[in-house]
Amino acid sequence: MDQFAQQFPVVFKALNVGFLQTLKLFCVTLLGALPLGLLLACGEISRSRVLRTVIKVLVWIIRGSPLMIQLLIIYYGPGLLASSISAEAAASSPFLNMLRNFRWSGGEDGRFAAASVAFIINYACYFCEIFRGGIQGIPVGQEEAGLVLGMTGRQIFFKVKLLQMVKAILPPISNEIITLVKDTSLARIISLQEVIWAGQAFLKGSQGISGVIWPLFFTGVYYLAANGLLTVGFAKLEKKLGYFR
Amino acid sequence: MPILQVEHIRKSFGQTKVLDDISFSMEPGNTLSIIGSSGSGKTTLLRCLNFLERPDAGVIRVRDEVLLDAGEPKKVTDRETRRKRLHFGLVFQSFNLFPQYTALQNVTLAEELLAHDTPEWKADKSKTLKRIRDHGVELLAEVGLANRMDNYPHQLSGGQCQRVAIARALALRPDILCFDEPTSALDPELTGEVLRSIRKLAERNTTMIIVTHEMDFARDVSNTVIFMDNGRICEQGDPREVFDNPKQERTRQFLARYHGEDAR
Repeated sequence: MDQFAQQFPVVFKALNVGFLQTLKLFCVTLLGALPLGLLLACGEISRSRVLRTVIKVLVWIIRGSPLMIQLLIIYYGPGLLASSISAEAAASSPFLNMLRNFRWSGGEDGRFAAASVAFIINYACYFCEIFRGGIQGIPVGQEEAGLVLGMTGRQIFFKVKLLQMVKAILPPISNEIITLVKDTSLARIISLQEVIWAGQAFLKGSQGISGVIWPLFFTGVYYLAANGLLTVGFAKLEKKLGYFR
Repeated sequence: MPILQVEHIRKSFGQTKVLDDISFSMEPGNTLSIIGSSGSGKTTLLRCLNFLERPDAGVIRVRDEVLLDAGEPKKVTDRETRRKRLHFGLVFQSFNLFPQYTALQNVTLAEELLAHDTPEWKADKSKTLKRIRDHGVELLAEVGLANRMDNYPHQLSGGQCQRVAIARALALRPDILCFDEPTSALDPELTGEVLRSIRKLAERNTTMIIVTHEMDFARDVSNTVIFMDNGRICEQGDPREVFDNPKQERTRQFLARYHGEDAR
């Protein structure tokens, strides 16, 4: 027990630092993936057949393969690709040249950037499908009522459809967002120093503590706390939008 | 001078002819009822008038202004279409109220959006909003919903919703108000209150086109009845003539079914 009391402040501090990185990845992913997902959804219901097909294939690839593999490809792919492009080939095309010279910057910043890209693309594809369902789920009559009242397409979207869409997609979106909190742990695979990485460090040995597993278990508390807050927040939001049906 | 002239409207969906050479005209202040079995093209005709469908051929004139000449393929801007469709109002079978707005907000929303950027709006925004609100309150009072203004659609009965929808359609002061089976989604008890509101409008000489299955109502309220069958106008004229003394065999058959129902 004495030993635990000694270890706890050290571990707690390290896990906090790790969880900060987890939260950073979470926030950056949401900031990128929500607008990108909406953009993809707009493309998926657009009149352009090519655009629709491209987005459908992208969504299939991203949703159809593990996020962990996507992380590995995005982090290690550019380096492997660069080494396979010869100097002559690079000289012949600016694009190949760019590929040949691209590297994630070394260290934690590079890992964070790569993880952010992978998470944003991955989550944008899930959000895209939810948004599309939300837009298409609104009865045609709503649009027609707006048209007959002389509204513009923009006015119909922002004044009539948007809030109904937000209300409809809130439950699936909150589901995804709660999953995202936990999925950030996958970035451990490219050694992003998030909270699981921080907990695992004490297994291998760090700051004079080694061979203890409880810090790893304790990381679960962070996820529970974050998702508890999110659950309460979404319940409030749902209640707020409950004034209409 | 007729307020509305419809000439040789045709419309097909794929291979199916939905409207086949529809022509009629109506005088201001009159009520026109369109009757006919389901699938006869009544609703499509209303949707053409409201620019929700584009006819393949034909001309629509309101007060001698050509609103649509399907023969002229020139591109019309969205702004033009919006201006033109405001000659018409439309009350839907399924109300289509905006669920996130109160009854009053449903009525005032479009007028507010149209007021944006007008000189009146720029001069005094709050005064404009007040005028629009007062107008909305007045319209809701006319359909008997003065005490329901701040309710949301889900807190209202179907009949009340439809009356809000009528007030909403009246808010932009259309030349011609169209009804697409306004009582078909309502049970008989609620039908009465909606019909009473429409009757009141007729008594005040609102120009109206009503697509309906309420034969007694069509007969009482309208100045003219059109019986449509298979995308064509089969018979039109004074309601008493058409109902009591139909000239076409098809009209007789159709009406016999309704009389049969009445007798039961």
